[in-house]
Amino acid sequence: MAQTADLECCDLTKDFDNFRAVDHVNFVVPQGSFFSILGPSGCGKTTLLRMIAGFQFPTSGDLLIKGQSMIGVSPNKRPISMVFQHLALFPMMNIERNIGFGLRQRGVPSSEIKTRVGRVLERVGLPGIQDRQIGQLSGGQKQRVAIARCMVLEPDVLLLDEPLGALDLKLREHMKIELKTLQAEFNTTFVYITHDQSEALVMSDSIAVMNKGKFDQIGTAKELYYEPANSFVAGFVGDANRFEGKVTALNGQIVSLITDAGITIQGQATTQVPTIGQHAQIFVRPEVIQLSKDPVPNKENQNSIKRVVNNVLFNGANSMVILCDPKSGEKIQVTLPQKGAFLELDKGDTVYTSWKPTQARCFTSEVH
Amino acid sequence: MVSDRSKLGFYLLLAPLLLWLVTLIILPHIGLFIVSISEKVGVREYEIGLGNYAVFFNEPLYWRTFARTAFMSISTTVLTLLLGFPIAYYIAKLTRGRTKTTLFLMCLIPFWVSELVRTFGWMILLRETGVLSSFLQYTGVIGGPVEFLYNDGAIMVGLVYTSILFMIVPLVTTLDSLDDSLIEAGYDLGGSGWSILREIVIPHAMPGIVSGCIVVFMLSLGNYLTPILLGGKDSLWFTGLIYTQFITRFNWELGSAFGFLLLGLSSTIVFFGLKLSRQSLSDTMGR
Amino acid sequence: MKFGLVSTTTLVVALAASSVSSETLRLLTWGGYAPDDVITMFEAEFDHSVEVTTSNNEEMIAKLRATNGGGFDLAQPSQDRIASAQEEFGIYKPIDMSRVDSAQFIPSMLGATATNTTFDGQVFGLPHVWGTSGLVVNTAKASQVVDYIDLCDESIAGNVSYRLKRPTLIGFAYAMGLEPFAAYSDLEAYQSILDQVEETLVACKANVKTYWDGGDEIKNLLRSGEVLAAMAWDTGGWQLNEDNADITFVAPASGALGWIDTFVLPSRGRADTAAYDWINFVMRPDVAAIITNTAGNFTAANGGDEGVNADLKARYQGSFDQAAIDNIKWYPPVPAGLEALEGATLDRISASN
Repeated sequence: MAQTADLECCDLTKDFDNFRAVDHVNFVVPQGSFFSILGPSGCGKTTLLRMIAGFQFPTSGDLLIKGQSMIGVSPNKRPISMVFQHLALFPMMNIERNIGFGLRQRGVPSSEIKTRVGRVLERVGLPGIQDRQIGQLSGGQKQRVAIARCMVLEPDVLLLDEPLGALDLKLREHMKIELKTLQAEFNTTFVYITHDQSEALVMSDSIAVMNKGKFDQIGTAKELYYEPANSFVAGFVGDANRFEGKVTALNGQIVSLITDAGITIQGQATTQVPTIGQHAQIFVRPEVIQLSKDPVPNKENQNSIKRVVNNVLFNGANSMVILCDPKSGEKIQVTLPQKGAFLELDKGDTVYTSWKPTQARCFTSEVH
Repeated sequence: MVSDRSKLGFYLLLAPLLLWLVTLIILPHIGLFIVSISEKVGVREYEIGLGNYAVFFNEPLYWRTFARTAFMSISTTVLTLLLGFPIAYYIAKLTRGRTKTTLFLMCLIPFWVSELVRTFGWMILLRETGVLSSFLQYTGVIGGPVEFLYNDGAIMVGLVYTSILFMIVPLVTTLDSLDDSLIEAGYDLGGSGWSILREIVIPHAMPGIVSGCIVVFMLSLGNYLTPILLGGKDSLWFTGLIYTQFITRFNWELGSAFGFLLLGLSSTIVFFGLKLSRQSLSDTMGR
Repeated sequence: MKFGLVSTTTLVVALAASSVSSETLRLLTWGGYAPDDVITMFEAEFDHSVEVTTSNNEEMIAKLRATNGGGFDLAQPSQDRIASAQEEFGIYKPIDMSRVDSAQFIPSMLGATATNTTFDGQVFGLPHVWGTSGLVVNTAKASQVVDYIDLCDESIAGNVSYRLKRPTLIGFAYAMGLEPFAAYSDLEAYQSILDQVEETLVACKANVKTYWDGGDEIKNLLRSGEVLAAMAWDTGGWQLNEDNADITFVAPASGALGWIDTFVLPSRGRADTAAYDWINFVMRPDVAAIITNTAGNFTAANGGDEGVNADLKARYQGSFDQAAIDNIKWYPPVPAGLEALEGATLDRISASN
């Protein structure tokens, strides 16, 4: 039997005066993994994190760390550390006193604090900055000091509350990789919450997608991307073109629907197959859509449609083209391969799009 | 040209302030200083000298009164800080929106009436036939009427009451600016309430504490009505001495010297207070 | 209360010459000496208007000193404080007797005041209101208090109040068998009297509930019963007597201290005509009676006591028999420099424990 999970939530629920912020959430985070909770703002992820940290108390359910229930345990007694959204470094202390704060509270002798602070600073790649003030650090350095301040306490679980949000884009990209490296280095369980899907996809071993207080899906980045459990996950994780319409035909898992604009398209329903006449949505990732200058023979339900180029969004390897349906004006986004015939594509050109129904996902529309 | 014109604008904007400073502060003080260095040698005869200042140091009565005033003012300041800090913390950190405004207003309400009325209010409460004495007799805590007025305790009560707002306002402002997440981070890292107060909250609030203390100390030291009315026969207060010299003794020379000594000595005390708390005046007042 | 020098200069605008008949009289006086109905009558009869500022002896002198005798057209300090203030600060101008209807004054008081307020051969004061300070006693509970020194009696410890001002020093000196007025001219002898009084008052401090400062304060203390005996003005005692028959003014065995409040003209007053008009107006017997009924004290107006209400007369007679009247110690003018000695004594009493 594997060792006990570092963090486990059982039916964790939090009710506020007039709404339920966290709704029967269950998950298990094994030791040493990088677990992300991904969701839009207001989905309840912050409340969940604050319950784990101990700043809020669940209405019902249980929360276990290393098999120990944390209900009724105050934040300063939990074997957890948290990196706050704005890092919450203490501006009234220098780096050494900041990092040593937790050790001082535990009554560690000052000589030992000194060596441990020095060691953790080396591990985060900032040796010898003990005497500096917080204001003298760059954004990325502050980030690492905040992690060092937690890691020096050797917590069982490190919580991170969107710590990259305040950084500029370039540094954020860099820190994503660095965080992952640090996590591997310390081999500590990280629980990371974010609304930025790319942060979650890049760093995590496992991701939970949270929506309206519930976990819609827990899985690896690949699973979420390619096998979304519902329309929310499909729409939230990664980019996707969404089509909505009435189901007209079924062929096993392949669903045909006619959009409001009158176009018939097909996609694969992997979870629940809708019935004819029901409203459904089909999600198509921009990179699975094929472009061609000539009409594609529509023999295998290739969803071949003629479209007009509305706009070209050049971004190197990530370039996109916005296409417009000449009849309905409906727009879709397609990845633009930076090679071959489509380099010269320009506004007003006519192209044909197609995709395999098995690469598109169909979900029943939620009843409103 | 441009810089000349902007300079002109700068001086024009500065003019009212300068005018105010010069006519209402600097000129009277110069006059006061000239009076303070005039020694009276006969009827309408004066000569220049520091005799009036020497009187202060040679007559134990005067410097003892100053020492007593300073000591009581410092005690008042400490007491006001101890009382005001929890109130300010509660207002700044534990309340939100409307409750916060209401509480803040409640602190302000006593200041809508004049100091005289407030002090008389305390006299009604504390006097022998007053509310407190009657209540304690009614509840049987004390057997006969007790005089709570006319002692140092009554002076302290009055001074703390008069000055607590001036402690709470800067404290609320600085505590408001303390990010809640710093306190949470403190807890998260294993801190106890006491250690967080000591290592995070108080260092952060230090400028507010110091500016509040300076204001309260100066207000108490310069207060006249409260010690005189509530202190009764033991109400020896330095400003009272100055008043007496000016009004009942017709000794403006000594009164002026006392005024300058009060200014100098209180500034010295504030200076040492700042040194002791390792704050600078620009830090605390610049907020 | 704010400290700081009141601006040392006043703007003297050349308005004084503009009109003779219509002037604004800026009157610096005691509470009760210029009742509203008297002002209304005055303003109706003359073309002047009146602005009243109420004050006390020390503040009057301090105010006039601050402005070098400006800001007011008529002031009313006590007669014993005029000559020395004039000598030190030169804040008054002499009285022009030709503009005063001297027949309206009781001749003996007019003469005595003139003598006491003469400086450099010129007269500076006219008598207006007179009264005494002595003891106000709750006779039901502290009838043993018959002289100032009795305030230090153990039987009424904690229920005593007096002012920490010069009349207290003088009253106690008389009660101790000393002659302070006789020693006015001899600073050394006066200092020795002060030293003895100081010792007594320091010892007496434990007996005192509080030193009172204003007339309303002492009346409150007596009315509530917190104070049973006090050194205070006669009018205060008589006013309390109206509400509580037990409390009244008692002329002390060693003699009540008599004061006369005067009219003086500040040296830079601008409305002399109005000032003389006011003096002649309020000294009419009928107007003087109105003032007596308001202030509670009798005036130096000839026949002024005729219109006074009977109750007040009865209280006055109850407190003063002929012997007590003869025994009143009238304040002689205070020589310059005496107040400095008294001030030091008062400071030491105040600081003692």
